Amino acid sequence: MSTYTQKKGFGATLWDYLTTVDHKKIAILYFIAGGFFFLVGGIEAIFIRIQLAVPNNDFVSAGVYNEIMTMHGTTMIFLAAMPLIFAFMNAVMPLQIGARDVAFPFVNAISFWMFFFGGVFLNLGWFLGGAPDAGWTNYASLATHSKGHGVDFYVIGLQISGFGTLMGGINFLATIINMRAPGMTYMRMPLFTWTTFVTSALILFAFPPLTVGLFLMMFDRMFGAKFFEVAMGGNTVIWEHLFWIFGHPEVYILILPAFGIFSETFAIFSRKRLFGYSSMVFATVLIGFLGFMVWAHHMFTDGLGPVANAIFAVATMAIGVPTGIKIFNWLFTMWGGSVKFTTPMHYAFAFIPSFVIGGVTGVMLASAAADYQYHDTYFVVAHFHYVIVGGVVFALLCGTHLYWPKMFGTMLNETLGKITFWLFFIGFHLTFFIQHFLGLWGMPRRVFTYLPGQGLNNGNLISSIGAAFMAVAVLILLLNVIITSVKNEKVGNDPWGDGRTLEWSVSSPPPFYNFKQLPLVRGLDAYWLEKMEGKTGMTPAEPLGDIHMPNSSILPFIMAFGLFIAAFGVMYHVNDKPWALPVMIIGLLITLGSMLIRSVKDDHGFHIHKEDLIDNNNKGVKA
Amino acid sequence: MQAEEKFTYETWPAEPERSTLESKNKFLGFWLFLGGETVLFASLFATYIALKDKVPNPSMPHAKDLFELPLTFVATILLLTSSLTSVYAIYHMKNFAFKKMMLWFGITALLGAGFLASEIYEFTKYVHEHHTFTSSAFGSAFYTLVGFHGGHVAFGLLWCLTLMIRNAKRGLNLYNAPKFYVFSLYWHFIDVVWVFIFTVVYLMGMVG
Amino acid sequence: MKRLANWRLISLFAILALVLSGCGEPFLSTLQPAGEVADMQFNLMKLSTYIMIGVILVVTIIFIIVFFRFRRKDDTIPEQVEGSHKLEILWTVIPILLLLILAVPTVTTTFKLADVSAADKKDSKALVINVRAHLYWWDFEYPNQKIVTSQELVVPTNQKVYFNLKAMDVKHAFWIPAVGGKMDVNTDNVNKFWLEFDGKKAKEAGNLFYGKCAELCGPSHGLMDFKVKAVSKDQFDAWVKSMQSVTAPQKAPDGSLVAQGQAIFNQSCIGCHAVTPSNKLPDTARLAPNLTNFGDRSRIAGILDHNEKDLKNWIRNPEKYKPGNMMAGKYPKMNEQELDALAAYLMSLKVQQ
Repeated sequence: MSTYTQKKGFGATLWDYLTTVDHKKIAILYFIAGGFFFLVGGIEAIFIRIQLAVPNNDFVSAGVYNEIMTMHGTTMIFLAAMPLIFAFMNAVMPLQIGARDVAFPFVNAISFWMFFFGGVFLNLGWFLGGAPDAGWTNYASLATHSKGHGVDFYVIGLQISGFGTLMGGINFLATIINMRAPGMTYMRMPLFTWTTFVTSALILFAFPPLTVGLFLMMFDRMFGAKFFEVAMGGNTVIWEHLFWIFGHPEVYILILPAFGIFSETFAIFSRKRLFGYSSMVFATVLIGFLGFMVWAHHMFTDGLGPVANAIFAVATMAIGVPTGIKIFNWLFTMWGGSVKFTTPMHYAFAFIPSFVIGGVTGVMLASAAADYQYHDTYFVVAHFHYVIVGGVVFALLCGTHLYWPKMFGTMLNETLGKITFWLFFIGFHLTFFIQHFLGLWGMPRRVFTYLPGQGLNNGNLISSIGAAFMAVAVLILLLNVIITSVKNEKVGNDPWGDGRTLEWSVSSPPPFYNFKQLPLVRGLDAYWLEKMEGKTGMTPAEPLGDIHMPNSSILPFIMAFGLFIAAFGVMYHVNDKPWALPVMIIGLLITLGSMLIRSVKDDHGFHIHKEDLIDNNNKGVKA
Repeated sequence: MQAEEKFTYETWPAEPERSTLESKNKFLGFWLFLGGETVLFASLFATYIALKDKVPNPSMPHAKDLFELPLTFVATILLLTSSLTSVYAIYHMKNFAFKKMMLWFGITALLGAGFLASEIYEFTKYVHEHHTFTSSAFGSAFYTLVGFHGGHVAFGLLWCLTLMIRNAKRGLNLYNAPKFYVFSLYWHFIDVVWVFIFTVVYLMGMVG
Repeated sequence: MKRLANWRLISLFAILALVLSGCGEPFLSTLQPAGEVADMQFNLMKLSTYIMIGVILVVTIIFIIVFFRFRRKDDTIPEQVEGSHKLEILWTVIPILLLLILAVPTVTTTFKLADVSAADKKDSKALVINVRAHLYWWDFEYPNQKIVTSQELVVPTNQKVYFNLKAMDVKHAFWIPAVGGKMDVNTDNVNKFWLEFDGKKAKEAGNLFYGKCAELCGPSHGLMDFKVKAVSKDQFDAWVKSMQSVTAPQKAPDGSLVAQGQAIFNQSCIGCHAVTPSNKLPDTARLAPNLTNFGDRSRIAGILDHNEKDLKNWIRNPEKYKPGNMMAGKYPKMNEQELDALAAYLMSLKVQQ
């Protein structure tokens, strides 16, 4: 049962990961799968920029361009950014609150496998007759009009991975509410944990509308329903509402954990407590709350009327306030600190001006009447890439360097890390800054080409050159990963030397039970407080005793796999394929069957005995 | 307290559904899940309200031509009663009265099955009146909302029966008590959803 | 591509100059507003930009100070400050005030732009145009004038023009960037808004504004362009009159190339394309662009140069120029001679000399 790290064969390691319920290993699974999809989405982005580098280009055809553009957005949001964020949440959050795992380790594994199979299914469109081509927003009239199975892949793939995400959100919420270490009050939780908490709440309330929207779309496309068929009484605006009631909180689902990672980074490398901790928490909760009140600003040109537009415009502007609070708090965390510019700190530092640009264009977009000009142009494209790349992707890269030692036990090379940063940073601004102007000069978004003579040529060329810089940066990051993995120089508990929170008080990577004895938390930045008193580790909050751990299981994998099988049946049932219905039933039976097995087979987990813990004296709480 | 421990009436804890960390998590996690379910049904309700009576031509059946109160009234009574019987079951669970608990859960399942039967009867009736899933946006929205609820009831039935069969021979312990409790939470939830369906779909449908 | 590589450096400088002047093309750019609506929106843009530049300046100053003053020099532990209520209140209240400054004109402008009451009045004298968006082409009906044209909108300058927008297949969006912000063209309902075309600015833009579809609508979404001829009120009235005067297809002189083309047209094209401007057919029955004044237009299919060569190319293989369009494959293949005749006929379709 135990997973004491010894050299294992490939087969054993694979089986270990297929059956794991350990949050740290699931984090690595999320990290690998999310990283893979990030590369796929990145290649799609490069194709987009090659196609748009010059006017009237025919690098790809119009239809294929729409598929690439749709899949770039869908992949980056659902299959790259979210899983990578989930990777950090899984890797760090339980450690930060002093827990031995998440509340539902088994469900955690289901969440991952559902995301994984959903993502794989979504991408199978490329090989089975065409990928989705109606944009990541998949607006109803175009999506129901779209021929072939492309949009079906979108609908079913997202449905499966969406369930996984929803369960992940519930899991994190229950973990944070129930499993904090003794002394870890809510107002002592590290900010990354706080943002995980709020993000999970957003997931819980934002994903069901998407689920319903996807169901309606699925029923329309595959089972003859009439939700979006205007001639039959349907209404396509319902999709827009459902999608954006999900879609806008989704933006905060992505950016809040990014804020969390940056908050940790600023505090660590400034050697200073986060400035205005309580107002940061307040701002996080407020952003999460307001995030549900503003969805219609994506529909300003929809004809909802001036009253709705005015209300949503003002509500949207209001979000600027808590976000501004955060920016100043970060700046003043560094103010008076002792700032060390490590690679993670490079990203965090560069994040501030980049995100401020994205933030202010956000406020400009909130101004409804002016938005009629920005809406669906490259100005919007520039805006959301400034917040999502300048915010989320910077945070993911920052977190990758920051938490790499905690996840893998070794440090990424700092020199290569900084080279990656500079290339990425320059490429990012080169690509997207000019796009604000392209939009204002009259270039709509999602166009597969543009005609010469409209003053758009130079701007697009510059943008494409920038994309090449980012591509090189990612390649260097990959190189860095390979080099450090081969070298594999092990590091201690607190490799950055300035760790403040509990995750830095345990070994890198931590033992599978995380804490031999649960730590006693005596304030914000618990580990830092102990270090300042000259101690090397946390004070235990309980005597050494047996530790209860969950069993590994292959069932999560099989459950998700069953849905993956059923998905083919659901999709091809439209073409009257005789095998479609049986396949659907078999797939669902596999899933329901494994649920039944899970339900009737008792699983009490196992105990690690006190004696075994004493043998491993260099692991756990004591450093 | 250990999940596998054997209990007697005297040692049985006051809140068996949350006396271990695992069951506390389960209890909380399930409440959170119901929060998500609430939003799911809210979205379905909103869709239904937007598409109510939206049919391609005026000769097709509208809400006020279709619905008949007596039938849905019976269904409502069946489901509301089943909620009450599940309360009894949980009352006995807390008192460590395993047999009585099983009896009341059995009655709950029976009433649930009755509800489901009346719903199936109702749907077939509408289909004969040319109000189908594919006949109009109204039809799609109606069957999706009510059908989602029906699907939840059906799943609940399977869940209840699985729990009863699995634990028929071994009595209560701290491992299965939370499972029964969580099921009853679920059952109450679908009951509450039905109250809203009854109001929004049927009563408001009658008014026109 | 090679030629382009040489131009790269020069373009870089050119673009820098462009960014500094920040203009774009006068017939397309939102930064060269050519009408009341675009003006209002441009003012809002400027106001928000000024406020935001102020915010950026403050952040940048603190940012630079932090960068130079607080780098790690030694191993001392800095003081662990919890926060500062004064500062925190300051940077909560000031943004609220700034946003209020922006919110007030936003709300008033939003209401002004949505005011179409003048067109909704009974017996209104306002100029109303019904826009119908189809997969990759635009249909413009002037209900009060009882005429229809396509692809090229003709409007009078210096007066409000009201638009009723509806999509016939999938959702589109109607956008004339230089003249004013866009409005979605929904499949479910008619959306209404107004624009005003400034006479002086129209002249600077060569009296021809570019219009775009701004909502993803399929493969050729990026090519769903239209043009707007903005002319003086008198010229507009004259145009309307000459359009109205076409009540039946003009008969070409017998034996001419044009007559030969007309015969081909009547056989293969007229099933979808009308050559009279009457609006008697309902919008759903107008299956393809109306060609009454085709010869007067400035583009073929909204995108190609207006000459016989491009016209023939287009008829030869529309799919090549507008992937996914509805015209390809709906008519028999034509030989060169037939194409010449057809092109000659189409180019002869003029209402103005």
